[in-house]
Amino acid sequence: MTRWAMVADLRRCVGCQTCTASCKHANATPPDVQWRRVLDLEVGEYPAVKRAFVPVGCMHCDDPPCMAVCPSTATRKRPDGIVTIDYDLCIGCSYCAVACPYQARYKTDLATFAYGKATAAEEKRFDPKRLAVATKCTFCVDRIDAGMAKGLKPGVDPEATPACVNACITQTMSFGDIEDPHSNVSQLLAENQFFRMHEELGTGPRFYYIWDKKEAEA
Amino acid sequence: MSFGPKPWHQTSWDFRAAFNFIFGGAGAGLLVIAAFSGLGGNSLRAEMLFAMALIGAGLVSVWFPIGRPLRAMNVGFNPFTSWMTRESFAAGAVFVLGLAAVWFGSTPLAQATAVAALVFAYCQGRILQAAKGIPAWRVPALGWLNFITALTEGAGLFVALSAVFGSPAKSVLAYFSLALIARGLAWSTYRGSIAKSAARPALTVLDRAGKVLVQFGTIAPLVLLLLGMLAADLSRIALPLAGIAALATGWQFKFMLITRAAYNQGFALPHLPVRGTR
Repeated sequence: MTRWAMVADLRRCVGCQTCTASCKHANATPPDVQWRRVLDLEVGEYPAVKRAFVPVGCMHCDDPPCMAVCPSTATRKRPDGIVTIDYDLCIGCSYCAVACPYQARYKTDLATFAYGKATAAEEKRFDPKRLAVATKCTFCVDRIDAGMAKGLKPGVDPEATPACVNACITQTMSFGDIEDPHSNVSQLLAENQFFRMHEELGTGPRFYYIWDKKEAEA
Repeated sequence: MSFGPKPWHQTSWDFRAAFNFIFGGAGAGLLVIAAFSGLGGNSLRAEMLFAMALIGAGLVSVWFPIGRPLRAMNVGFNPFTSWMTRESFAAGAVFVLGLAAVWFGSTPLAQATAVAALVFAYCQGRILQAAKGIPAWRVPALGWLNFITALTEGAGLFVALSAVFGSPAKSVLAYFSLALIARGLAWSTYRGSIAKSAARPALTVLDRAGKVLVQFGTIAPLVLLLLGMLAADLSRIALPLAGIAALATGWQFKFMLITRAAYNQGFALPHLPVRGTR
């Protein structure tokens, strides 16, 4: 069974936000909505200061708390692990937003555009279905489905791969089938030390963060 | 040790969501005590209608901020896992049974309504507990605190109304006293369970709200109840004051819980990336 997962190698990320920009472009999200964003963390005091850039977004959890609380069944989980939202069912109660420990969900009540009035491109791509309902990263599910229908492999073929992964200039982000031991993500996790955010909450996030080589090699 | 930005306050639910817990809890608590207090006739009808109006006010309040109010019926689609759906079913049962009880003047129907109200209050507590993104909400102790404060607020309201229009029965005062003590204990258990998990600003807010809950919502009403029992001429003032204190402090606590203490999980890195030479 395929289970899609994202891997971010924190050693590589330079915080350029190209993934954020590409996500906004691919998904036409309004201002202040960033399905993929990069945290800029500074830790410690001079001279022992460390900095880390951390891509975050929906973690497409194995046991998503957003899905359990959703009263309308708008939030669902596909067999391949991708958590989706049915915009026609969602009532916009925001219960999912307070249930998500990753602050991954957004709700925009009014149509907003980058420069006030909609540009021609924004007008063309504006989707009223997304107003006043919950939205979040979809792992670019449309690209995955369309690509697979053409026989392409997500995580390998750009046409079938999430936009943020394609755009990453440092190859920080990787996407693939975690159930396949030969996939790029499985290989990366086998070779490196990693963690998952807030793992203690038992949500089973499928977004893995690499922070160092395996102990034996380190 | 973990690294990450500090948690910040959630912006999804505001005072309108708080009103659902405030009015809904008090209304449910009032239904419970009214149905089992031995009240009958028009007095029971009035208490039940008032309690249902409170629950209705809470539901209307929470209906306003939802993004797609015309789809509100979709709230009933997920009884399998969502406590919000279950709350809506319980609310439906409260109104159907409650209106039937009022129409027929039936005490057994009023008591069935009270059972539905208990389920409604329990669901409200579980709604908060299921919100995993808010450390101050997601502990089981909050579910029970919310449930017990609903009963206490309802009892407080009932005692206040009864004292204004007559004198409440001793059994009612005993129930009210027990509810006050149980709420104090539930607060203490809840505070202990979030000591390590909740954000510091959330704890500051909750400690302030909890202090009010204990001093003005537990100790003061118990003293007033004692005064009312010892000095009959004082009871007309002491008992309503005790009831209002229990009600108001429960409401302030829930208001603070939803609108001031709901700091999210934030982000946390258990490790920083190791780059370059070691």
